Amino acid sequence: MKVLFLAHTEEDGSLGKAAAEALGAAKGLGGELVIGLFGAEVQKAADSVAGCGAVKFYGVAGPEFATARYGSDAAAAEAIAKAAGAEIIVAPSTSRMSRVAAGVAQRLGAKIDTRLTGLEAVGGKITATRWFYRQRMVGKIERDARPWLVTTDTGCFAPCEAAGSASVEMLTVAPATRSQVVEIIAPAADAQTIRPDAKLLLVAGAGWGKSQADGQKHVDEAARLILGLLSATQASLGSSKSLVDQSGEGAALPFLTHMHQVGQTGSTPRHPKGLATCCHGEEPHVVGWRFVGERRAINLDANCGWAQGKADVLYVADAFAVMSKLVDLLK
Amino acid sequence: MKGLQIVVLGSIVPDPLQTLEPVSGPTGPALKNELMLPAVLDPWAGHALYEAANLAKKVEGKVYLVALGPKAKLQQVMMNVAQKVPFEIVVLDGPASGFADAAETAAALAGGVEKIPGLDKSKLLVFGGWQSASRGTGAVLQMVGELLGITDQFQGVDEIAMAEDGSFTVLERIEGGSYQKSSCQGAPALLGWATGNLPEPPNNPQVGMQNMRLIMPALAKATPAPLKGEGLKYAGVELPSQRRETRVVKNAPVEDIARELADWIRA
Repeated sequence: MKVLFLAHTEEDGSLGKAAAEALGAAKGLGGELVIGLFGAEVQKAADSVAGCGAVKFYGVAGPEFATARYGSDAAAAEAIAKAAGAEIIVAPSTSRMSRVAAGVAQRLGAKIDTRLTGLEAVGGKITATRWFYRQRMVGKIERDARPWLVTTDTGCFAPCEAAGSASVEMLTVAPATRSQVVEIIAPAADAQTIRPDAKLLLVAGAGWGKSQADGQKHVDEAARLILGLLSATQASLGSSKSLVDQSGEGAALPFLTHMHQVGQTGSTPRHPKGLATCCHGEEPHVVGWRFVGERRAINLDANCGWAQGKADVLYVADAFAVMSKLVDLLK
Repeated sequence: MKGLQIVVLGSIVPDPLQTLEPVSGPTGPALKNELMLPAVLDPWAGHALYEAANLAKKVEGKVYLVALGPKAKLQQVMMNVAQKVPFEIVVLDGPASGFADAAETAAALAGGVEKIPGLDKSKLLVFGGWQSASRGTGAVLQMVGELLGITDQFQGVDEIAMAEDGSFTVLERIEGGSYQKSSCQGAPALLGWATGNLPEPPNNPQVGMQNMRLIMPALAKATPAPLKGEGLKYAGVELPSQRRETRVVKNAPVEDIARELADWIRA
């Protein structure tokens, strides 16, 4: 069985964390390992995994592959996959790879399954694990068809790092595309609130935007407390849909966008710890917590969803008061 | 650019408030009482539809919804969706299951797009959700694009800005809360929408009546789209056993709670 690990390189030419984990998944399948990389340059990334046991390295590089565009990325990935002729293709679920993986599978006549959280070969049979219905149920799938292209989620496989010196066979690809990447719009370092690698996820729920015991809304104070905790802990900020929707209408926290949304219609982040505040813990939100390790919540309602086996600890208390003290302690 | 044809691909999913349980069916896994569960238009497809209608209004374009799902359930869902924005529908009568194969789904949807009368690919924008609340592979749209010969594709889109000459820029979500801004020379292109920026439109009974005049005949002549699931085997599907033993802390002083949380965060 020939296994192709297929990934893009990062802006600095290195291999990203998600890619290193996908390589770990590919290596775990056994078989003959081939590596395919594309990006502005690939040698540095190839060298970083040169000792992983791959029998061959393919690369597509050049300025036209520096940015994440469907046309150029799909052409590069297609060329590598065709040159490798692998039965199994393993790629990371980065935004860049996810943009093109299925299109590449279509071009190759391959089957595709994405966002795997498990991948193993037992007795010559490959079984993949993935979640369905927004992390509400988990399934194991098998396919006879080859090639089979899979993408793996981050945080599920041990990364492979084996530096050395790799000999890369470069392929020539002429991408046809009518698109250009104009710019990357990133929040300023001190304004960044989404941090995928943070140890703590802080979720702000709809309660922050509602009238408090004095009958008044305290949105400014809520913003100060939330940003204060983020600053003190470098946590990542998430939110429930209801608070994001309030913010969109200009009624709540101005720094919240739909990108903060966690749950059924939002993201499913992976953080070791999560703290929910002013959030009721309803199922559509909590499905987004599936891969959060330790969970704690602060809510005034002792019968909220978090109390129903969804959190490890529920503090029945006023989140404004607790957060104020907490920020002081963590400063 | 005037006269754009915006085709939105979408399906229905169980209402998110429903409890879902997998069962084994004759053709593989299914949801318990699937046909009885209340359904809604997939949230991401919904965002794509509202963005499509908004864009169509600006460019004097036309919106089509190509929907794959059980005809009877689609009819129920359309009674509500039809009141939101004007569109024409192409109905593919097949499963809306999250366990269906993405490639088969894509092939059925691409066939549905090709059947739109007067389809002009030089004016075609294909919209859909970049994920779904069922299978959530993020794979179907790309494959539909490839089948239709569209190689300018964008995923995780939250915004499109169309210029007079038909070129446009899009904002795509990437890691770390950042956006990638790209430009494209124009149609044909495919956009997988994240949430976009538009709220759900209020119900408009007049729009609903206009839409239903076309939706009912389209439902009556729905194209059968059975998905066979060939080559895809499920070794098992189960609910995760992640119920936690929740410790509920009541009547504790705020200082004690804050100290316990601070210790936990620092640990």
